[in-house]
This record gives sequence, C-alpha cells and structure tokens, in this order.
Amino acid sequence: MNSQPVIQSAGIRAKRSLGTRIKDFGHELKTSRTSFFFLAPFLVVFLIFTVLPLLISVMLSFTYYNIVESPKWIGWSNYKLLFVEDTVFLKAIGNTFKFALVTGPIGYIMAFLLAWLISQIPQKYRFFYTLCFYTPAITSSVAISVIWVYMLSGDRYGLLNYWLMQLGIINEPFLWLQDVRSILPVIIIVSLWMSMGIGFLAFLAGLQNVPKDLYEAGAIDGVRYRWQELWYITIPSVKPQLLFGAVMQVVASLQVYDISVALVGVPSPLYAGHTVMTHLYDYAYIRFELGYATAIAVVLFTVMVGLNRIIFKWLGSEE
Amino acid sequence: MGATSAARRKSIDYGGWFLYIFLTLFGVIMLAPLVYMVSNAFKPTAELFLFPPRFFVINPTFKNFQDLLLATGTSLVPFPRYIFNSVVVSSCIVVFGVLIAAMAAYPLSKHKMPMKKTIFSMIVFALMFAPQVLQIPQFLVISKLGLIDSYAALIVPFLAVPVNLFLIKQFLDQIPDALIEASKIDGANEWIIFWKVIMPLLKPAMATLALFSFIAAWNDSFSANIYTTTEAMKTLPFALLTLSGGTGVVARVGTVAAASLLMVVPTILVFIITQRMVLQTMAHSGLKE
Repeated sequence: MNSQPVIQSAGIRAKRSLGTRIKDFGHELKTSRTSFFFLAPFLVVFLIFTVLPLLISVMLSFTYYNIVESPKWIGWSNYKLLFVEDTVFLKAIGNTFKFALVTGPIGYIMAFLLAWLISQIPQKYRFFYTLCFYTPAITSSVAISVIWVYMLSGDRYGLLNYWLMQLGIINEPFLWLQDVRSILPVIIIVSLWMSMGIGFLAFLAGLQNVPKDLYEAGAIDGVRYRWQELWYITIPSVKPQLLFGAVMQVVASLQVYDISVALVGVPSPLYAGHTVMTHLYDYAYIRFELGYATAIAVVLFTVMVGLNRIIFKWLGSEE
Repeated sequence: MGATSAARRKSIDYGGWFLYIFLTLFGVIMLAPLVYMVSNAFKPTAELFLFPPRFFVINPTFKNFQDLLLATGTSLVPFPRYIFNSVVVSSCIVVFGVLIAAMAAYPLSKHKMPMKKTIFSMIVFALMFAPQVLQIPQFLVISKLGLIDSYAALIVPFLAVPVNLFLIKQFLDQIPDALIEASKIDGANEWIIFWKVIMPLLKPAMATLALFSFIAAWNDSFSANIYTTTEAMKTLPFALLTLSGGTGVVARVGTVAAASLLMVVPTILVFIITQRMVLQTMAHSGLKE
C-alpha cells in the first residue's frame, strides 16, 4: 500500500532501503560537520563528566570497592543491604521524603504565588521585591548557615531563644540544633527560606511575557476577577515554565544535603537530620565504601528521574 | 490599548494596598537573616557577646575584616589566597561555560542536523537528576585523568551544565530564523554568523547563564573539599568551613560573619548587574514578529 505513488504536499518521505538510509546518514553527518563542530566542546565535557559517570555508577553499585583494591563484583548485595539491613539508610530515606514532601510543594507554590504577585505591581517596583526574595537563594549555604547557627544558638544568647523567652513562649533556652524534635523542621524552614531560586525566576520571566491580548480577549469573554485571570489565562500560558520549575524543585528537594551538614553535622544527633545525600557522603568520603555509596546514588537517581517522569506526564509533554 | 490599561490600573488599585503590605512584610522577613549577618560582621567583640543579644550593631567597626585578612587559620595559607582561587575558578567557569553552552545551542536550535532530537532529549533527561548523585564516579574520572589538585579539576567538570544548555537553547528557539537567514544571504559563513548575529541576540540569555554559573561556582564548597588536596588550592567556601571551626560551632563569630559577608556580596552584585540586563530585554521582548 505504502509503495503506491502518492503525491505528498510537503516533506517527501518515501520508504528507502537500509543501504541508502545509512549512506544518507553518512552524507548528513558530513554536511553537518560545522554543526557538530559547534556542539563538540559541550558534548565532550558532557559525555566525560555526566554520561560516563552515570554508566560507572550503575556498574560500581554492583561491586565492593574501597579505592585501594580493585572493584569486586557482588551482584545485588549492596541493594539488599540498603533496604533490608541498613536502618540508618531507611531513616535517611524517611527524612528525605518528609523534607521533600514539605519543601517541594510549599516551595513551588510559594515561588509561583510570589512571582505572580510581583507581576501584578508596576515594572519599576518589581526589581526591589525580586531582590528580596531571590537573594537568600543565591547566598552560599555555608556562609548563611553560620548566621542561622548563631541565631538559633541553644543558649540564651541565641536571638530566637531570647525573643521567645521575652515573649513568654518558652521558659528556658531550647536546643534548636540539638533537639531531635526540632532538627528536621529547622532544616525545612531554612531550605524554604532559600528556595526562591531558578524556578522563581522562570515563573517571573514567564509571567511577564504572557501576551497582553490574551487578557483582553479574556475580559471580553467575561473574566472578571484576578483569580479567574490567574486560573484560566495565566496558568495555561506559563505551563512550560511550570513544568521546568517543577523539575527543578523535585531535584532540589531530594538532594537536600549541605544545609543539613552545615546546621547539624554528620552524623546528626540520633540521625534526626540524616538524608540520603548525607548517608552517601558518609559512606563515600568517611568510610570509603564506594560501591555501597554509588548504590545509594543510583537509588536517589532513580527516585528523581521516576518522579520527574510522572511530572512530565502530568504537566503535559512539552519537549 | 488605552481602555484596557485603564481597566487593569483599576484592578491594581483595588487589591493594591494589601498586595504591597504583604510583599513588603514578607520581603523584610526574608532579608532579616542577611541584615543580621551584615550587622554581626561590623560588631566589635564586646557587642557580639552582649546580653541581651542585639539585632543591630551599635558601634560599627572594620576590625573583623582586618582580623580576617590577617587570619591564616591553622594553615600557612593567607586568606586572600582563597579569594584568589575562588575568583579564578568562578570566572573561568562563567566565561567558558557560557561560551560552550551558546555554541552548542546554535546548531541544536537553528541547524538541520542528524541526532538533534537525541542529543536534546539527553540534555532534558540530565535535568531530571542532581549532578551531585554522580560525584563519586566523577571523582574517579578526575583522578584517572590526573587532574586532582589542579584548577582544571575545579573548572572543567562544571563547564557542561545541562540546565544552561537547556535554557539558552529554549531562548534561541524564540528568535526568528529570518534574522539569521538574512545574514546568510550576505555571504557570511557559520562562524561569522555565530559571532556577529547569534551572540548579540543571545546576550540576555548569556547574562542569565553567567549569573547561574557564577552562583553555582562561587558557592560550591564540595569540589574544593574533594578534588583538591593542598591547602593552597582550596576555595573560599572551604576556608569558611575551617574558619568557623566545623559544624554548629559558635566560635570567632565576628570574623566568620565578615567572611560570610565577603562570600555573599559578590553573588548579590552579579545578580543586580545581570538582572538589570535581563529586565531591560524583557521590556523589548516584542521579538515575536
């Protein structure tokens, strides 16, 4: 059927034999030499430092490797150990999910709402507010956690303790960074404070570029209130940015690590601030069990990619 | 146009007050820890250990900064050396990283070439996980290449950032091909088109990438920790970690606050500079034909 001569309007795609296809491909490669030349620097670095490590990770995760001796193949043992015997890892996974479930959605919604509110005020005032919300996200977590540690200091010199005592909310200083009950909430709050990052900027830029005539058309169609505008016009027009922001948010919330280390250390009291990444760090650079540590990395990688696949499906497949 | 903008202004008036109050309150809360940091950096020792603790500084002094520049910590490396290393590493990452990403974006967006889709979906796939999960094999690759303890170890792995290529490629997609076609007719070759036509058009996107790359490189405490071994090769965030005496310790508060301020100020400055450019181009984003 398909061999019948049909006049195609554009892009003639007749079936060709495999031989000519390979030849064509070779020809295409040759004619697009310049294109590959432009791509080469990025692609080479990307292959060496991202793709290659990814393959090494998967392989190493099935071995016992301690840098000194060469890797020994041990099959699924690392994974079995992780999920069956390593209670600290289970604790770490629990903490990471608790953390991600709170900071992920709240950070995401907060970033979008703040960007939307900023887009409602006149251009000349926007920069000031953007700076207020974005600055915490670009400060070094090492640098700023020093200040948080000082503010949350467990004695009465700590600013928070002092203020709460003045207000009569607590009677004696609370050990914010040592008490098992407050460690995770503190990490969550500091992370949320720092979470108006790349997603926030993407939302801001997207919202500023929603075509004005869409709102005009909406007004004619009976859109009255600002929330109607938001729901029926704005959100559908910034869907690509929403997807991008969501992917960034998932990655950021699952890799929680440096804030936890800087605030409560490795290992934290009773592992209350232990996350998957700190567990990885512990096994990789303190115990030098690299095979086991890469297994942890592969698990985290799988969770991140899996979750993002779901998000892609959900927010529409925008290439 | 006139009627609708009047209508929009009306709707701003209505929730306007509440909007400004909310945004301002929230902004002040967000900035408070940073203001506290600035205030601590200028506090004399007596004020740092004052009871009751004070938020603002009373008698500001530069003594903390002097101490910092003279402090060599436990090692013999003077503090300015860390600043120098950080500046070298970050600026190399920004310049070369942005250039490489812009170069790669051009054929991916504007050329007809084989495997274009495959390469781009690889980049999108790489967006879905944090590069940190690859740090162990990355370390192995770096040591196999013999780069440990060199500037290259701190720079090269961070030149090809998937997010960067993704952002700049998406930006280039929105620029009409007609602009490029026009210059092709004038007889320019690809290289000249890239420098003379594409690069100027990409300016806002490149400013944005420069900002992101700079923040990531400047704040990266991990790679100097693992990929370099001698003290003279370490960068600022690492120095700050050793200076503060480790996790959760409140020691040398003034000096540490001064160092923190030094770390934070450049990122804010770069943001202010690039953001102005980005906002400027946002204003003329009528490029959509």
